Amino acid sequence: MWLFFHKLASPPYFYALAGRLIPWFGSICLLLTVVGLYLGFFVAPPDYQQGEAYRIIYVHAPSAWMSMFIYVVMAVCGAIVLIWRMKLAEVMAVASAPIGAGFTFLSLASGSLWGKPMWGAWWVWDARLTSQLILLFLYLGFMALYSAIEDRRIAARAASLLAVVGVINIPIIHFSVKWWNTLHQGPTVTRLDAPAIDLSMLIPLLLMFLAFKFYYATAVLIRARHELLLRERATAWVRKLLERAGA
Amino acid sequence: MSPRQKRRLAGVLVVLIGLSAASALALNAFRDNLMFFYSPTEVMEGKAPPDHLIRIGGLVADNSFREMGEDLTVRFVITDTAENVPVEYTGVLPDLFREGQGVVAHGRLGSDGLFRAERVLAKHDENYMAPEVAEALEAAGYTGHTGDGGDYDR
Amino acid sequence: MSEFFAMGGYGFYVWSSYAITAVVLVLNIVKPWLASRQTRRRLASRLQARGDTP
Repeated sequence: MWLFFHKLASPPYFYALAGRLIPWFGSICLLLTVVGLYLGFFVAPPDYQQGEAYRIIYVHAPSAWMSMFIYVVMAVCGAIVLIWRMKLAEVMAVASAPIGAGFTFLSLASGSLWGKPMWGAWWVWDARLTSQLILLFLYLGFMALYSAIEDRRIAARAASLLAVVGVINIPIIHFSVKWWNTLHQGPTVTRLDAPAIDLSMLIPLLLMFLAFKFYYATAVLIRARHELLLRERATAWVRKLLERAGA
Repeated sequence: MSPRQKRRLAGVLVVLIGLSAASALALNAFRDNLMFFYSPTEVMEGKAPPDHLIRIGGLVADNSFREMGEDLTVRFVITDTAENVPVEYTGVLPDLFREGQGVVAHGRLGSDGLFRAERVLAKHDENYMAPEVAEALEAAGYTGHTGDGGDYDR
Repeated sequence: MSEFFAMGGYGFYVWSSYAITAVVLVLNIVKPWLASRQTRRRLASRLQARGDTP
């Protein structure tokens, strides 16, 4: 096990393994998306209150979950960077940020498009929406900090500190709907008792969540490979790799 | 782990713990400002500043909805089942606005006790189910979810 | 079919949110993929230039 981690941390091995995994993860993501959307649009019934408009949930909720999940991954990588100075953790944190920022933006945009017809407002400054907006700024801050410093390793350390500090926002986002009264409703799926959603609606929701997980795996590996290539362009393994590809 | 890594681990933990404590204190201090709306009970207890723009949230009381004429002026009562606040509003209501449904009104409380709303937002709950299921639940006398609109039909 | 696209009158909101999601997710795959291909080409041509000129 330990040996495997050591091997994984070696750039050429990671580069090759990621290259093999990407098509698999991508295909699984596509398959789950097709099945999830089919069930979500053609099998799941309309909602008793919101009619057809609730179908935005199949992209809104998974985007919001992923935005928080990816941030936690980034913060854990950031802590590893700060404590152990592990190169691969730097690469993973840096590769995760734009994807997480994308999901955060999507949760806000689709939420806005859902809020207008249902609540009657594109945006309100309640605790849930505001803390999610702060999450977007944290992602953008991480990316800006990383690109502002020339040396990639120092840049990764500085950005990692921001990632670790910002993780405090994650429980605030999650519990905002419980600690304060907000316009946004409480959690549906992670309630301690049974989820407050019909099974025929829950299944496509969870499938879309899985699809987004595999999307993240695909996208983060593509970005991590690129970042690794740029950082290690002067090394022997990259030269060998390019020669083999060129021949 | 080398002593240096241990020191860094301790540093990260100290930062996280300190930050959590600071955030908890700050959020607690700004608690009232983080609340999106007051409940009718809080309004009646005088917690909401008078003559200020405030938000009141609760359920639209059953059988309280009245249309006041042709200029889209409506009156209804916001309730948290303990206290009631009468509300007057002129304008378009959101699609989810129904009696028995959650609502947040933004406006001023007059000295006459009437809340003049400038904006009305609908708040929906976290339940999602098919219309038939909701009907069946209601027929069975289950009231765990907020009502399904009652007799108010736009 | 048109009833499906109307989404009970909420078609604009539903399809816009799906369209935005599709655009952002596809861009977040295609952009780094193209960038990575370009980097590989650039590095390979630099390597070749160095190799060809003794």
